[in-house]
Amino acid sequence: MKRGLTAAWLLLLFSIPLWMTDLYVLHVLIITGIFIIAAMSLNLLLGFTGQLSLGHVAFFGIGAYTTSLVSLGFQVHLLPDRLVTLEPKPAWVGVLCAILMAGLCGWAIGRISFKVRGAYFVIVTISFAEVIRLVALNWVELTQGPMALNNIPPLRLGVPGIFEISFLRKPANYYLVLVFAIAAYVLIRRLVHSRAGRAMIALRENEPLAASVGVDVTKSLVLATVVSAAIAGAAGALYAHYVRIVDPDVFLFIYTVTMVIMVIAGGKGTLAGPVVGGLVFGLLPESLRALEIRPEVQWVVYGVLMILVVYYLPEGIVPAVRDWWRGRQQAMNGSTPGAASAEAAG
Amino acid sequence: MDQLLQHGLNALILGGTYALLGIGLTLIFGIMRVVNFTHGELYAFGAYMMYMWVMVLGVSFLLALPLAVLLGVALGAAIEIVLLRRLRGADIDTTMLVMIGAWIALQNLQQLAWSGVAKSIDSPFPSSPLVLGPVSVSWNRLFVFIVALALIAAAYALINRTKLGKAMRATFQDREVAALMGVDINRVHTATFALGSGLAAAAGALLGPVFVVYPTMGDLASLKAFAIVILGGLGSIPGATIGGFILAFMEELGAGYVSSGYRDAMGFLLIILILIIKPTGLFAQKERIG
Repeated sequence: MKRGLTAAWLLLLFSIPLWMTDLYVLHVLIITGIFIIAAMSLNLLLGFTGQLSLGHVAFFGIGAYTTSLVSLGFQVHLLPDRLVTLEPKPAWVGVLCAILMAGLCGWAIGRISFKVRGAYFVIVTISFAEVIRLVALNWVELTQGPMALNNIPPLRLGVPGIFEISFLRKPANYYLVLVFAIAAYVLIRRLVHSRAGRAMIALRENEPLAASVGVDVTKSLVLATVVSAAIAGAAGALYAHYVRIVDPDVFLFIYTVTMVIMVIAGGKGTLAGPVVGGLVFGLLPESLRALEIRPEVQWVVYGVLMILVVYYLPEGIVPAVRDWWRGRQQAMNGSTPGAASAEAAG
Repeated sequence: MDQLLQHGLNALILGGTYALLGIGLTLIFGIMRVVNFTHGELYAFGAYMMYMWVMVLGVSFLLALPLAVLLGVALGAAIEIVLLRRLRGADIDTTMLVMIGAWIALQNLQQLAWSGVAKSIDSPFPSSPLVLGPVSVSWNRLFVFIVALALIAAAYALINRTKLGKAMRATFQDREVAALMGVDINRVHTATFALGSGLAAAAGALLGPVFVVYPTMGDLASLKAFAIVILGGLGSIPGATIGGFILAFMEELGAGYVSSGYRDAMGFLLIILILIIKPTGLFAQKERIG
């Protein structure tokens, strides 16, 4: 039953470009998919270890910039008399570098900020994102600053001259994002069901207790940060090769907020939560576009929704629906105890 | 040398308002255990209220300042009563999420109300600077510095000399015992949040006429306040005061001698240095709360 449901979902997701001919819809789905990957990576930290990364867009942007710079090549004066040159590399090398670079930054941030608990990680990540934005804006020789990096080549896979796919058109990009999203989902799922993942969840639930049974606190948290940052970096790399232009605005705080609200609303600490939340908040602005509301109004609504979700749906959509479903099944089986609570939850 | 003196003077004057921001934030964290992400929005709110009174309604500058601060106090009290009171006893992450939501909503409401265009506020002070030997300072900045120092002194007096301040300090040390001793915790929390918000609004109302007023000005103010508070130790008021001046000196010297583009990155540098060297901050009063 469960396996059949998964197969049906996959069939639906893979068949969309075959019957959906509206390219704008595909575009929205691609961008939503990229954000869902980023939201899944944030959920690994926020949902499974309980650490809120408010600078997650920094890892996303680092991924986007790294892959763009590697695939475009650059010349930069590290010291006034020392010129460092990088010849353009294939785009897939750029994507790998992006994942490594974002993971490395995640490691550094984790090492520094997990010396202390609580609000520190939040504050360090949020200021890290701001500093990276300032670097992208001011290091014009490397990043072109506000002029942006243009003409980023699309991703190409295969053996040159024999067989090569170029991810230039929308259906191809849709499949690329879908495959990356499934890979990220499977990776996170395996991680949280592994020994290391159970350690992370134990830390979220009760840190002193987890430490007392031998969980290496800092190591587990840093591991989660590295994996999470690397996946966010991959999402950023996909974004760069899809839209093919990257400017310092990729570091805007509002994107982090979007990811946070996707995770919170969908259900933090559940595997499906960021996917559901991502679909809702990725597609909602597009469906509201007909109403011609201003972006400020949209953000006000997002802010208020975030507060309301914390008050009235603290577990998120996915657990609420799951409870409701279980309650309904119990009610149908004749046993009533779950029904009352299910109605309350629904 | 003259240049160094000038940078030092600028930093000293900026440091006063940074200290106001830091004290407000550390007070709220220390007493309420709330990471207040709306702090920067209160700062922006103070600046916009100053703009409203002076430029739109034509109230005199010296009257507009206390009015703007009072409105900040009122908004702070409202946020505490409406959003935070029902979260008493919730964990720090839950309140953090609510405050982030409030931050986004407030910032965009301000943008809706005042549009995204930066505004400037006329000040009544003479535009020719006051020249003191090798250095000079504008009258407006001097006024900002003096008012900031007066407000810092008033905040200290309120916390250390009044009955309300005593209740705040008791709540800071142990909420349950304070409640047992008859302290009205709800009142203390509302007063704390209102006071902290008022200090942030005062910083905004003071700096608004010096710089320009724009909707996202609060973001940097929040980040700087966080840096100041981490530097001084979360919950430490003397730490936040000194931290404000240290950050101002770092920014001023960094902008003057390294690169002005990275001026606002100094706060982050400061956080990293502190976390590497002395993670508890310079003046932490008790152990870190997670």
